Amino acid sequence: MSIGPQHPGAGHFRFTVTIDGDTIVDCVPDPGYVHRGAEKQTEYRSYLQSIPLLERSSLTDVTNIIMPFSMAAEELMGIQIPARAQYLRMIMSENQRILSHLYWLGIQGIFLGHSTVFMWPLGDRELFIDLGQMIGGARITYSYAIPGGVRNDMPDNFKDRALKVFDYFEGRLKDYEKIFFNNPLVLKRTQGVGVLPRSDAISLGVVGQTLRASGVKSDTRIDEPYNFYKDMSFEVPTYESSDTWARCMVHLDEMRQSMKIMRQCLDKIQPGPVRVKLSPQQRALAGEAYTRVEASRGALAFHIFSEGSTKPYRVKISVPSFRNLIALPRLLVGSHLADMPAIYWSLDYWPVEADR
Amino acid sequence: MSATPAQANLPSEEKAIIDSIARLGDKSKVAFAKPNRIKISVTRENLVEVAKFVRDELGFDHCTNVTGTDFPKDSQLEVTYHFGSIGGQGFRRIILAVGCRIPSTDPTLHSIIDVYPSVNYHEREAAEMIGCVFQGHPNLGRLLLPEDWNDIPPMLKAYRLPGRLEEG
Amino acid sequence: MVAEQLDVKKGPAAARDGPGLSVLVGKAKQVIQEVVVDPVTYLANWGRVYSLWPVHLETACCSIEWGAVSGPRFDAERFGTLEAFGSLRQCDLIVVHGTVTRKMAPRLRWIYDQMPEPKWVIAMGACSITGGVYFDSYNVLPGVDQVLPVDVYVPGCPPRPEELIDAILLLQDKIRKSSIR
Repeated sequence: MSIGPQHPGAGHFRFTVTIDGDTIVDCVPDPGYVHRGAEKQTEYRSYLQSIPLLERSSLTDVTNIIMPFSMAAEELMGIQIPARAQYLRMIMSENQRILSHLYWLGIQGIFLGHSTVFMWPLGDRELFIDLGQMIGGARITYSYAIPGGVRNDMPDNFKDRALKVFDYFEGRLKDYEKIFFNNPLVLKRTQGVGVLPRSDAISLGVVGQTLRASGVKSDTRIDEPYNFYKDMSFEVPTYESSDTWARCMVHLDEMRQSMKIMRQCLDKIQPGPVRVKLSPQQRALAGEAYTRVEASRGALAFHIFSEGSTKPYRVKISVPSFRNLIALPRLLVGSHLADMPAIYWSLDYWPVEADR
Repeated sequence: MSATPAQANLPSEEKAIIDSIARLGDKSKVAFAKPNRIKISVTRENLVEVAKFVRDELGFDHCTNVTGTDFPKDSQLEVTYHFGSIGGQGFRRIILAVGCRIPSTDPTLHSIIDVYPSVNYHEREAAEMIGCVFQGHPNLGRLLLPEDWNDIPPMLKAYRLPGRLEEG
Repeated sequence: MVAEQLDVKKGPAAARDGPGLSVLVGKAKQVIQEVVVDPVTYLANWGRVYSLWPVHLETACCSIEWGAVSGPRFDAERFGTLEAFGSLRQCDLIVVHGTVTRKMAPRLRWIYDQMPEPKWVIAMGACSITGGVYFDSYNVLPGVDQVLPVDVYVPGCPPRPEELIDAILLLQDKIRKSSIR
């Protein structure tokens, strides 16, 4: 039985399941419907020109997908970005995390048949899109974290507006808990469903919420801190139950932590330059770079080979969605067909990101 | 193998890893060692043994990435594995890269899926992107490319993007 | 905006605003023509226009902005566009969200062929018009009009939700003016 790519529960991804009665006995994923060959295209573009291209590989997570690319480019070019740029990158990155999680929550609501939890997150998302727009200039695709720093500074009224949004949204999260995360119907459909034991989570190499929901306290922001994360005080939510409900709860808790980090950044940020001026055709030194950040869905890494020219020699992206794909057959086999949408979407598999 | 001057400035965990790698003798060579990043080069004959060593002796428990790259100047393909460590080793910040070069005319190497189950889809993608064959891999069918792809593997340098005149 | 123009109570104001009055007269002529001269077409099209049901098919990243359009701030449902999560056979609109890859193209055509007449296609985003930023990729179609007949093109990368609403209104206009198929 083939599910997707046109199906209310799949998006632009297909997988074939074999069922026996109501139980799934086999699952074969079939990605590639959105494989646009971005890695090959970067070989024909300079580092700056690749930014809009790579950004669109993961539209719900634009800042976090271009940040390791910019970090790798800066490493290969041998430059250090200013402190203010690092704080701004952190602010945009955490804003992106909330945007991505709210979109996830909206779709998770649909998959569990809860249409209010489709409308509410999409509405609340608009507030954070407005915040991103104040700094970045566009609704989503701002190409903000470029090699050398960030494109522009934030406006003076950003802090006031942001704090108002955070105060409102923190109250809102309590509403979400009431109607969704603590909703008895949702609990029944997600607790004990789709369990991924801790040892499997580590050996399969999964990342992000899937890993943290299986009891592993791993997050690139604490494993290998970048920007100023080592100076920030925040928690990394981890749950032991390793089921679908735990993966949902990690998403919720991370939104709170993101706002906590953004508040600290807005307090600590000092005036200064936001960019090292580079040429659009800046030459990088020969070498190899591997940089990683904690994107919204998990650890995202770039592996770049450079031969000392203005264009990279080879760019390989290690995206969290692709790394988590291996968990999908493992979780679905043995589950009921009716649980499939909830389990599938709790992995936060974003096909556009996975296919690049 | 004593530490080079550049390696002498590394933190203690990196130095400990390099010292452990020295036990492999000729089977591996340190390509570079910087804070948080170490790369070793191996030949395809030793790949599986080195992978077992990396897992059991060094404590890297999962694979984060597999990159397939074409180096036509050397007539070689390189398959680079990146390994990370999560479970209680104390150096999560370090990523170990293992690079294996194979000749373009005979692009086969043994899969390390029995050592690291996490390489499943990564090796499959690398196989279709640069045209190498991982012996022992259970399923090297098409993953991202369309089923009817009948051109050369796209990440080879010989494959030019349609519509682009300049060199890649 | 349309409501203002048709607000007959604004008599004196409408008379002062020259263009407003002529639009009012134009609209009245249009309504009379549609209702009196060819009522069947008018009614059928009216029915189609206000119940455009798009297929739930996300092609690529533009689907996020489509989600935003369905959200409370922009709310496409007030135009009658309700995503029917049920069967494909009761939908009459395909919105191609963004890039069409070579792997997706045959499936897209197959879905289009399965939909009953009348059906329309909105090509959303630069990728579905010309291939967008992926124009030189090895796996991307340079435009969806190679496989589907497109009715409305919406530029942008991604298009803002306001542009999408404009596109839906444009499509509704086009349907109103068309003859029954």
